Amino acid sequence: MKMGIEEKQQEVIDEFGVFSDWMQKYEYIIELGKELPLIDEKYKTDDHLIRGCQSRVWLNAAMDESGVILFTADSDAIITKGLIALVIRVLSGEKPTDIVGADLHFVKDIGLQEHLSPTRSNGLASMIKQMKIYALAMGRLPA
Amino acid sequence: MEAEPMIIAPHNIEQLREEFPLLHQKVNGSPLIYLDNAATTQKPLYVIESITNYYTGYNANIHRGVHHLANLATDAFEKARNKVKRFISASTDSEIIFTSGTTDAINLVAQTFGKSTLQKGDEILLSVMEHHSNIVPWQMVAESTGAKIRVIPITSSGEWDLSALDTLIGERTRIVAVNHVSNALGTINPVKILIDKAHIAGAKVLIDGAQAIAHIPVHVGYLDCDFYCFSGHKMYGPTGTGVLYGKKELLEMMPPYRGGGEMIETVSFENTTFNRLPHKFEAGTPNIEGVIALGAAIEFIEQLGWEWMNEQEELLLQAATEMLHSIEGVKIYGTSKHKVPVVSFLAEGIHPYDLGTLLDKQGIAVRTGHHCTQPLWDWYKISGTLRASFSVYNNLEEIGIFKQALLKAISLLK
Ligand SMILES: Cc1ncc(COP(=O)(O)O)c(C=O)c1O
Repeated sequence: MKMGIEEKQQEVIDEFGVFSDWMQKYEYIIELGKELPLIDEKYKTDDHLIRGCQSRVWLNAAMDESGVILFTADSDAIITKGLIALVIRVLSGEKPTDIVGADLHFVKDIGLQEHLSPTRSNGLASMIKQMKIYALAMGRLPA
Repeated sequence: MEAEPMIIAPHNIEQLREEFPLLHQKVNGSPLIYLDNAATTQKPLYVIESITNYYTGYNANIHRGVHHLANLATDAFEKARNKVKRFISASTDSEIIFTSGTTDAINLVAQTFGKSTLQKGDEILLSVMEHHSNIVPWQMVAESTGAKIRVIPITSSGEWDLSALDTLIGERTRIVAVNHVSNALGTINPVKILIDKAHIAGAKVLIDGAQAIAHIPVHVGYLDCDFYCFSGHKMYGPTGTGVLYGKKELLEMMPPYRGGGEMIETVSFENTTFNRLPHKFEAGTPNIEGVIALGAAIEFIEQLGWEWMNEQEELLLQAATEMLHSIEGVKIYGTSKHKVPVVSFLAEGIHPYDLGTLLDKQGIAVRTGHHCTQPLWDWYKISGTLRASFSVYNNLEEIGIFKQALLKAISLLK
């Protein structure tokens, strides 16, 4: 059976549970950041840019025939990119209503909530907001 | 017999560090290494206690009461003004205007002197390495008066290109506004040369001294600048305090900035007359405890002494520069021979945000990003740097730990 947002969050939390210090955690995030070719180059334009003051994030959303939203994104900072990979893993492929209502508690549970604080200005918090806005808008479109 | 002066600023780094309680804490499990002093310095006990003493002993509004406490507070406030005057060698206390900071001081000059004297086609000369606080206020006044902004270019070492001055300064130049020391690069600029050239052309000069005031002795009389601005929080003093020095004859002719209490002599609905300098520019109840604590910060700096401070800071700058040179792929931005202890740098292929995040995980506070000097980074064609900025309480051991932390972060990110 396909996993929902909650199950996917739990999976991420379990994965991070094995790390005993910040180094291992960040090594893993950086690995995720390096691995994923996240967005088609044609979407790396100002239209898709989310301005965090320090790192830039590009986000694209598309709905497939089955009515779920597929997100792709990228950032010029690798740690931000790794965090994005986690958020996308949790939200991408879900129905608009589920995305709008999602509580992304996993960020806090794995000890990375500092990256959501506005003073980090890394674009992650704005990206999540933008994902929900896309979901809200796309949820209103005729399927 | 006179009592021995109290030691508030010992000439021994370990003892000096004891004067800064904030330094003794752990961040993310490691001892804090605070290398963001250009953003704001930490405060010594002497300054912190001056605020406590004010609130526990003689808090009162100033310049308006006849009672005992009001006199004590007014006295302490005006003594602080006199300390500032001596500290920067102004000619009279009335040339010292208290503001909320450098930004506030620059806006004051732009909105009063700038707005009342600039005409369409007049020119304001800035430099590529200005802080946004010394750009935006001038853009605003240029917008409303029709004046134009011109910009002094720099060389790759992060110094003014002086060869451009003769074509940039001309008969339409009315105001020159530049920093004494660059917050992003650490360059100490040859302001005296520029001030003299500007004066020959009939222009007035404002110096943004935010980054100079804690690192080099400032003598406004020698510099002959028309305005000099700085913030208390970058010189061991409290936030929300700053100084505008202005030549008396200019301050006299400038219209008032903000209206309110303190800045008036008489008020009626038909006609209000303004107070004398410096009160003309200090509307409302000022930051009394802040100004008093700024005075304490000056005493602290004076007791340390420029000679000792500069020796320490030069050691730190050299050690940090050599340390960064020893790491492969690290490039320093700002390589002038005349610098305060600031190193701005990038590691090849690594985003400053990533490096800054991993340094923070190791207890090291540096600044990442554009440091409010976007035009400067546009010139270098990068989006920003990491900046480590040192103060007298930093030591060589911290630079050693900084190096290890950098190596670790870089190896994780590579
Ligand atoms: C060169 C320079 N000018 C102006 C400012 C603005 O100072 P403040 O924010 O204290 O008004 C700063 C502070 O970062 C600075 O470094």
